[in-house]
Order: sequence, then structure tokens, then C-alpha cells
Amino acid sequence: MAAKPKVATASLAGCFGCHMSILDIDERILDLIELIDFDKSPIDDLKEFTGRCAIGLIEGGCCNEENVRNLIEFRKHCDLLISVGECAICGGIPALRNTLPLQECFDEAYKHGPTVYNPSGQYPNDPDLPLILNKVYPCHEVVKIDYHLQGCPPSADTIWAALTALLTGKPVQLPYELIKYD
Amino acid sequence: MSETFDFTLDGATVTAQSGETIMQAADRAGIYIPRLCAHKELHPFGACRICTVLVNGRPQSSCTQPAAPGIVVENDTEALRNVRKSLVEMLFVEGNHYCMFCEKSGLCELQALGYRFGLLAPRYPYQFPKREMDASHPDIFVDRNRCVQCARCVRASRELDHKTVFEFSGRGAHKAIAVNADARLADTDVNGTDRAIDVCPVGCLLRKRYGFRTPIGQRKYDHQPIGSDIEAGHPPAAVNG
Repeated sequence: MAAKPKVATASLAGCFGCHMSILDIDERILDLIELIDFDKSPIDDLKEFTGRCAIGLIEGGCCNEENVRNLIEFRKHCDLLISVGECAICGGIPALRNTLPLQECFDEAYKHGPTVYNPSGQYPNDPDLPLILNKVYPCHEVVKIDYHLQGCPPSADTIWAALTALLTGKPVQLPYELIKYD
Repeated sequence: MSETFDFTLDGATVTAQSGETIMQAADRAGIYIPRLCAHKELHPFGACRICTVLVNGRPQSSCTQPAAPGIVVENDTEALRNVRKSLVEMLFVEGNHYCMFCEKSGLCELQALGYRFGLLAPRYPYQFPKREMDASHPDIFVDRNRCVQCARCVRASRELDHKTVFEFSGRGAHKAIAVNADARLADTDVNGTDRAIDVCPVGCLLRKRYGFRTPIGQRKYDHQPIGSDIEAGHPPAAVNG
């Protein structure tokens, strides 16, 4: 029996809502695992790629350098890369900071916010923390993205329709009611 | 009785009355030309150019262009669909449109055009402009992040409310909706019942305490694309006879 195609997923600057929506395909997940194996993904907790993947699902945009590295790694390992949800496509809620200077965001988060207690006034600066980017970037402004699934999150039906079409070699043609931006 | 004449729209013969625009004649014939700034109660303005058609091969905005005897109009072509889609994409990247928490979502005409055109991601980079909000009025919000500069509020305030509450200020990239007061909407003579608020196609002008009244799944554009009312009300088959 030929090996099943692999699907990898990642949550970058997202809320994991899109991953919840993947799980929201309910019992169809039994059909899905007949079709695919999960590779690097929070769903099976695999931290590294084990081989070439047919599809990579990206939730969230890029808000720090780790997101960018992760996204580039997904692009290298996946034949098709899909932006899943508003944050991956337009930056989403994290991109609300894009109209403010980064300094102002840091000051609000670590100095002047109403619940902040930080007498030394220090910003978190552990070398293990990924550096934050000047703006939150949509994924397609960082690497080539092949498909976009809109929604916050995209409905389970939308994700299911796209995945089953791609895995059976058909074009993704979403009906009117499966394209929603909210 | 006004004079009538025929012209051709995507190969179909459409009858227009003298003085009608191409869009008005097409609407009566049950042919939808996508639009954003045009509104049936307001004078045409030609701001958004989404209703661009080819008239004898030349691009014209169908909301402002008068119909004329014998003209050949192209509307639903691949090239024009692409132009309209790209205009909607530009409007999305030039503002800050966060559909996921916008009260107008599901009722928004910009979003509905995106849905109708199958827009999945804009081909242009997001601008993330800094835009001002105004929540000073007890009954109305102004969120310029969502403004598409259609001038519907400007026209409705004059033509329907007989006031001059809204106007544009600035030019080019700095153009923005301004209010007829030193700074705040609360200092104008706008009223919560003004038609200028109703006609906003997006979530820029909103009534306070009305948000999310229509449940998801029952909103205007949840199931039917924008323009279906025009297409359904007048079956195109009747045009040819």
C-alpha cells in the first residue's frame, strides 16, 4: 500500500481557533486519517518534520522571527501551503498593533498598562525569546501561499471541502456560503 | 410619457428611458452591475469605479454614464470582473477592515462584493493606515478605519437629511471623511435617525447599541450574493422580448 500523503499544521500568531475548527470536522476526522497522516503539527505534537508533506496548513500571521523561520520551513517541506483564517491572510487581531509604533506597544504591555507591576521598567529580554517584528505580516507577504481559506475561523465545512478536494486531486471550488470573512 | 430607446448590454437588448443611466436601465432589466458608491436614493457620484463597464469599447462608470440609443455595453466579462475584483482588493488593503469583529459583517456591501467575486486574498500588500475614530456622539460611531470614501453619507446628509454633516477633507492618500464641526461628530446637528447613517455600505458609520442584532446565518449576505435581488426581481429572459 502506498504511503498516505502527509499534512503538517502550524499555529503562528493565531489563537488556535483555526485548529479547533479543523477538529470541528467531528467524525469526519476518521475519514481524514484514512486519507492522510499528520506530520509536524500540534494535533499529534510532532515537533519536527519527518519528511515531505503534501499540504501545510498555516494558522496565524508572522509577528516574530520564530514565526518567519517556521513559515519558511513549512514552505520548504510542503508541496502546497494553505493560509487558514484571517490572521494568516491579513494579520488579523494581532495586526491591530500595526498602526502603532512598536515602542508604544511595549510601553503599554510592560510599563503603563493598568494591570502591570514592573518597578524596574525592564522589557522581557531573555535570549530565548524570539524577537518581535516591527509589524505583523500576512503569510503571503513572507512566502508563496498556494490557497487561502477565509474565515475567523474558516468553518469545518470549508476546511473539509478544501482538504478533500486537494487530496483527491481536484481544484478547490468553494461554494458561496463557504467563503466568509468572519 | 418619456421617450424610450434600445441599447445592447452583454448581447441582450435593453430598453432605457431618456435620462436614465446605464445602471438604472440595467437594474430594471434585471441585470446586475456590481457597485459600491451608487445608491438608488442618491445622485450618482462615480467614486468607486466598481460599476465600470465598456461603452463602445471605452471604460465608463455605469452609475454616471447616461444610456444612449444603440450603444454596445460590456458588463460581465472576464476582464471587467478582474478590474472590479482588484478595486475591491485595493479597498480592503487601503483601510483596516477587520470583518471578524465588525458589527456590519454579513450586512456590509464591501464584504459582500468580496464574497460575490470569490475574493480569497488581496494581491496587494496591506497598508495598515492610521485612521481616526470618533465615538463622541451618544448614538453614532464614526470608524474611519472602515471608510471606503464612497461619499454616500456626504450625499445623503445633503439630499435626504437636508443638512451638511459630512464632507471630505484632505486629498489623495490623506482624504478622509470630516464632520461639520471643529472636531467632533457630537458638535454637529447630526441625529441618530439621519439617513446618512443608514446608507453607509460598510461599518464606518454605525448606530450605537444596534450591533449584532441579526444572528449569524440570517444576515443579508449570509446565503444570497449581493445583487441577487436585482437579478431575481426581473428575470433576464424578459429583457430580450
